[in-house]
This record gives sequence, C-alpha cells and structure tokens, in this order.
Amino acid sequence: MSDLMQTFCTQCGEESAGLHADCAMQAVLSPPRYCGDCGRRMKVQVTPLHWVAVCSVHGEITG
Amino acid sequence: MTTTESPADFLARARAQVLDQGVGLNQDDVLRVLQLDDEWVPEVLALAHDVRMQWCGPTVEVEGIVSLKTGGCPEDCHFCSQSGQFQSPVRAVWLDIPSLVEAAKETALTGATEFCIVAAVRGPDERLMEQIGKAVEAINAEVEINIACSLGMLTPEQARQLSDWGIHRYNHNLETARSYFTNVVTTHTWDERWETLRLVHAEGMEVCCGGIVGLGESLEQRAEFAAQLAELNPAEVPLNFLNPRPGTPFGDLPVMEGKDALRTIAAFRLALPKTILRFAGGRELTLGDLGAQQGMLGGINAVIVGNYLTTLGRPAAADIGMLLELNMPIKSLTKTL
Ligand code: SF4
Ligand SMILES: [Zn+2]
Ligand SMILES: [Zn+2]
Repeated sequence: MSDLMQTFCTQCGEESAGLHADCAMQAVLSPPRYCGDCGRRMKVQVTPLHWVAVCSVHGEITG
Repeated sequence: MTTTESPADFLARARAQVLDQGVGLNQDDVLRVLQLDDEWVPEVLALAHDVRMQWCGPTVEVEGIVSLKTGGCPEDCHFCSQSGQFQSPVRAVWLDIPSLVEAAKETALTGATEFCIVAAVRGPDERLMEQIGKAVEAINAEVEINIACSLGMLTPEQARQLSDWGIHRYNHNLETARSYFTNVVTTHTWDERWETLRLVHAEGMEVCCGGIVGLGESLEQRAEFAAQLAELNPAEVPLNFLNPRPGTPFGDLPVMEGKDALRTIAAFRLALPKTILRFAGGRELTLGDLGAQQGMLGGINAVIVGNYLTTLGRPAAADIGMLLELNMPIKSLTKTL
C-alpha cells in the first residue's frame, strides 16, 4: 500500500488522498489506525521496536 | 520558608537539605520549584542532577514496555486511548506469547534490563493471569531480563501469585494528585489504587508508581502529587507528560510547555532524591531531542526505550546514543530473585 494509492487518511479514517496535514503531524508518534484503502479501523499492535496494523480486508502493514 | 526568601536562598536551602542530607523537599517547597521563573530553571536542573548523581549514581535504567492486552478497558481515565468508553481509534487486541517473547528479546538487545508487560484492564481476570503465567515462563526460558507487570488493581491472591512468579516490580500509577483524581477518573478511586500499591509492597515486589502531568491540574496539585508519591516512597516513579489522544476527554488539552516539563522533572527529583525517576510517555512531544537531554541532566535516571503502548517513541538507538554522549552508563542486569 503506498500513500499515492490511499483513499483514506490512516490517522482519522476519513476519505482523503493521503494523510491530512494535521494527521501527518500525529503520524510521527502514532502508527496508522485506519486502513488507507477502505477506512476500516485496524487492529494495531505496538511493541518496543515495531508495530503491526491489520485490516480485516486488506491485510497487514508493519513498521 | 519565609515569604521573603529569594530564589537563590531557596535553592541554597534546597541544596543543603536534599543534596547533602538526602531529604526530599516538602509540598510547599516543591511548589516553589514549580513556580520558579524561567531564568532559574538551569540552576534548579543542575541541582536536581547533582542530587541524582549523589543519591542514585550515574547509571541509567533502560526499560521496554509492551501491551499484552490493548484497548477495550472498562475504566474511564480521561487521558487514555485504551478506554472502551471513548470514541478512540484504538481497537482491542491481544499480543500472542511468541510475539511477546520476540519483543522481550528485541528489548534486551537494546541494553534494557527491564521489560514491563501491561494490560488495559481494571484488574486481571483468570484468563489474563493465565497468560501472564505463560508469558513469564516463556520469556524466562529465552531472555535475560527483569520482568515487571502493570495489570491494574490486584486482589491479595493475585499479588501473591505475581510475586511467586518472580515479577520483581509492579507498576500501578496514582496518575495525579488525590485532590484532582475525580477530574481524571470516575470508575475507581485514588484510594483503590493506593490499596493495590500496599498489596504490591506487602508481597515484596518493588513498587513502581507515577503518573501524568499536564492533565489540567494546578501547580499546587502537581506539588501535592509529588508529596503523595514521596509518602508512598516507590522504587520507581515513571513521569509521563500528557500526549492528548484523539477521542479522549483530554484530547484537546494543550501540550505542556518544555520549560514547565523541565521544572516538573527537577521538582520531582528534589521531592524524591533516591527514587528511579523514569522518562515515560509524552516527552518527545513536550521536550523534543534537546529537552530530552536537558531532562537527563536534570534529575532523570531511567528511560522507556522505543515505543509506548499505543504510540511511538524516539528510535531506541537515538536514546542509547544520547546516553553514550552524556557519558551515562546503562544499568546492568541484576536478577532479583
Ligand atoms: S485503567 Fe489503564 S487502560 Fe484502563 S482506561 Fe485507565 S489508564 Fe487506560
Ligand atoms: Zn486525517
Ligand atoms: Zn482495508
């Protein structure tokens, strides 16, 4: 999933081609919470050195 | 204290009391630190650093924290994105044991000696206790690290069980001053939290208890909180700065000013000269890189490395690099049995 393809903001879940400006600031200290493809709220697990976010339809992204 | 005491005289008195005798400041004097003008901040930070070096030494305790059960908590702590009572984007999820062991391994590789397993619950139920038992066994089999837990309010039996499993430290934050608590949490009381801390102590586990500043409490209440922590006398105090989370009742509160955060660090060190004072969540936002260094030179002697429970921290390497630069050795492992 690339930002260019995104139709939803991954921080607030609203329709947007990529992150909103405000949400982009949040994103520095917050993993994605919504799927960029469908806007579903994702299951997100944060560990000390990684994070994993899973959309029930579009699968997993990690960081 | 007389009202005519100048800041210079006040700091000299604080130095004689806290640095020379190891006796923490009382509530009125903590308030005085919190009210110091900006021009006195470097001096009070230097004093707090001297106090830390004198009574705790140069080593820094590094810890990683991990969420075993995220979100869906029935409690209503107004700062918390894991409460099930607010429209927060955080979904409920459990971490499996292999992932937990992996996280412990990665944490240990950073040099950390502490690994704290956290669950977003009012208190543990049978399923959670069972998972903790399995997690402790699995981590101990593969990783050299001290295991701590933060699982909410405990029954006496649960406290004993955790102690029997070798949990060496238990975190349960009082969060804020007793007089402000009902503005922050309504689903349980400050005194209920205190009772769990008493049980933890009674079972021989180290008490880890801190909170969050910047919740809208007054400076008087912040001083009250420091004094209440000093009365508890915990082994560790994690100091968080509010990171306002979307969807929570405190989501629109302002981020604390860097100078206020630094004054708070110094004040807490001067109230608690001998405790492990840990930089916890929100410091990236409040203090940035430069402020993090100033905090390390202003009384802090422990850090949470890497990410937090639901938010991200500075890269672990940045913090470890900072400690190297500051010539502060990382505390090494002494397994407490
Ligand atoms: S008890 Fe803990 S997890 Fe639950 S709402 Fe309060 S701070 Fe969040
Ligand atoms: Zn957005
Ligand atoms: Zn999706």
